[in-house]
Amino acid sequence: MTTFEAILFTIVAASTPLLIAAIGELVAERAGVLNLGVEGMMAMGAVCAFAAAFTFDSTLVGIAMGMLAGGLMAALFALAVLGFAANQVGAGLALTIFGLGLSGLIGAPFVGQTRPRVEEWPIPVLSDLPLVGHALFSQDPLVYVAFGLVAGVAFFLARTRTGLRLRSIGENHVSAHALGLPVLRMRVYAVIFGGLCAGLAGAYLSLVYTRFWSPNMTAGRGWIAVALVVFAAWRPTWALVGALVFGTATVLQLHAQAAQVALPSQLLAAAPYIATILALVLLSIRRGRAVGAPGSLGTPFVPDR
Amino acid sequence: MRIELIPRTDPSPVARALAPLAALVVAFLVAGLVVALMGKSPVSAFEVYILQPLGDPWSLRAMLVKATPLILIAIGLSYCFRAGLWNIGAEGQFVMGGIAGSALALATHGSDPGPWLLPAMMLAGIAGGAAWGAVPAFLKVRFGVSEILTSLFLVYVAELFLDWLARGPWRDPGGFNFPQSVVFESAARLPEIPGLDRVHVGVVFAVIAVVITAVVLGRTLFGYRLKLTGDAPRAARFAGFDARRTTLIVFLISGGLAGLAGIAEVSGQIARVIPDISPGYGFTAITVAFLGRLNPWGILAAGLVLALTFIGGENAQILLRLPFDLTVAFQGLVLLCVLTADALVSYRPRLVRQAGARA
Repeated sequence: MTTFEAILFTIVAASTPLLIAAIGELVAERAGVLNLGVEGMMAMGAVCAFAAAFTFDSTLVGIAMGMLAGGLMAALFALAVLGFAANQVGAGLALTIFGLGLSGLIGAPFVGQTRPRVEEWPIPVLSDLPLVGHALFSQDPLVYVAFGLVAGVAFFLARTRTGLRLRSIGENHVSAHALGLPVLRMRVYAVIFGGLCAGLAGAYLSLVYTRFWSPNMTAGRGWIAVALVVFAAWRPTWALVGALVFGTATVLQLHAQAAQVALPSQLLAAAPYIATILALVLLSIRRGRAVGAPGSLGTPFVPDR
Repeated sequence: MRIELIPRTDPSPVARALAPLAALVVAFLVAGLVVALMGKSPVSAFEVYILQPLGDPWSLRAMLVKATPLILIAIGLSYCFRAGLWNIGAEGQFVMGGIAGSALALATHGSDPGPWLLPAMMLAGIAGGAAWGAVPAFLKVRFGVSEILTSLFLVYVAELFLDWLARGPWRDPGGFNFPQSVVFESAARLPEIPGLDRVHVGVVFAVIAVVITAVVLGRTLFGYRLKLTGDAPRAARFAGFDARRTTLIVFLISGGLAGLAGIAEVSGQIARVIPDISPGYGFTAITVAFLGRLNPWGILAAGLVLALTFIGGENAQILLRLPFDLTVAFQGLVLLCVLTADALVSYRPRLVRQAGARA
């Protein structure tokens, strides 16, 4: 394995949590719901996954608990913004603050503990491909799950009847409602799917990526996932590209720090955030105003009777 | 089973005023449940969090000091939120204000700067915060980039910048390698209010901001324009109000007040530059703004309430070994409850048993 291959490998691993969370948020946004609570759901996923995996000594139980935690947080959000038509931006922010605080409470007893390494599952033949084979196909199973999510969601949105309905609900909820589509019910499912994904992304962080839990370990990744949805213009395959770009930025930043580049470490650490802002600006210039955003994104819907 | 929302034709003003209180009660009940789940007594937690600080003069003064940044920032945010703009990066504007003001304090350290230093520091703080707030506003009006994400990401950048300053160029060479600057000279420190031990005059800034905002919102065309831009952007455009200008102005006000809060905290409370000057005031202030219903007097009251949770949280850390994260979770919960309560003032919820054909 060359150094290049090793770096590619870590890039894919660093991209995976961003990708999983972004795909979940993408589905929720396609249904017209802006959930800014990704960071909080991810934090809860990370801590519950670690706590469960450590307590029951099982990575699988951990992953399930992480997803459950994310899903429950999303259900709370759905109750507020879909059940009671509360403001989505504010409620999402509240969910993030709440999730970061609660995750700290739950995680306090587990600080300093570590989990064993999760075995990689190399895929025969494919993992022997030159250059990219090792990075893409000798990963842990969750990386394959992430790839599967992208393909599955892309297919679901573009090629299935339910996917078309979900998109039409996000595009114009008044028309969709008039056509007899269950706007709120589908939105609830989409939001909870987003929560399960965010929880899974958190579980990946604490169980596979770092293998320990520390306060605020999500470090803005949930927010970057939200930004990724915008970059991707709400298309799953572009979310994959965006996640890899961000994974690359993160990994290169870490390598630069390790190589003692003559730049302050804080500047390097700030680079991904500055890059995100610049990328948002560049995309806006190229695409004009918010092209690709679902028409009803972020607006509450109360069916009249 | 599903919830059906029926619009209230005539939302009661009493309900509107009481909604934040109801939200607080619900948040307290849920927090009590969490405390009970952690195996501690919710009753003694309530006592330590709320009752003890209220009965202790030292805690009450500390509460005033904590309420100062919360109220200043939340007042600024209320301009943005009223105009329908989501500045969620006040934490970064707070930090940049602290940095800009401190730059003056450190540059004049050891010389005899005279009485102009403090006013200059406060103005620098306002300028620093306003400049940081202007970035997302500019990107929004010029390129159409959503202010939500840009303002938030700038928080991380500001925090890392402060971290670098405190550990690098501004570190006190005689400070045994601690990541902190020299202690400010007394000319660079906000004085205490006479008779109120350890309470700096930043409190007065907060009260002034409340009063001015009450006048601006209630009695000026600008206040009306703000409300119209937020409630009915199309109507505001037809009335000839320039949404871009409004966006820039409210972000400058909001950033400026957050910056003032930042330098007031550094100069009046911490008295030196450290890597971490805020326990999340900029985010808590969002809760304060909504708990106060974006009304200046409401924000004044809400700022005191949330300041109390900071003091109570510190007490509970020591007395009950409850982590400070409980306070953060509680603040998020309050925001969620307030927004829900707000919606329920406009809609009457009804539980429908059978799953209907439409939802």
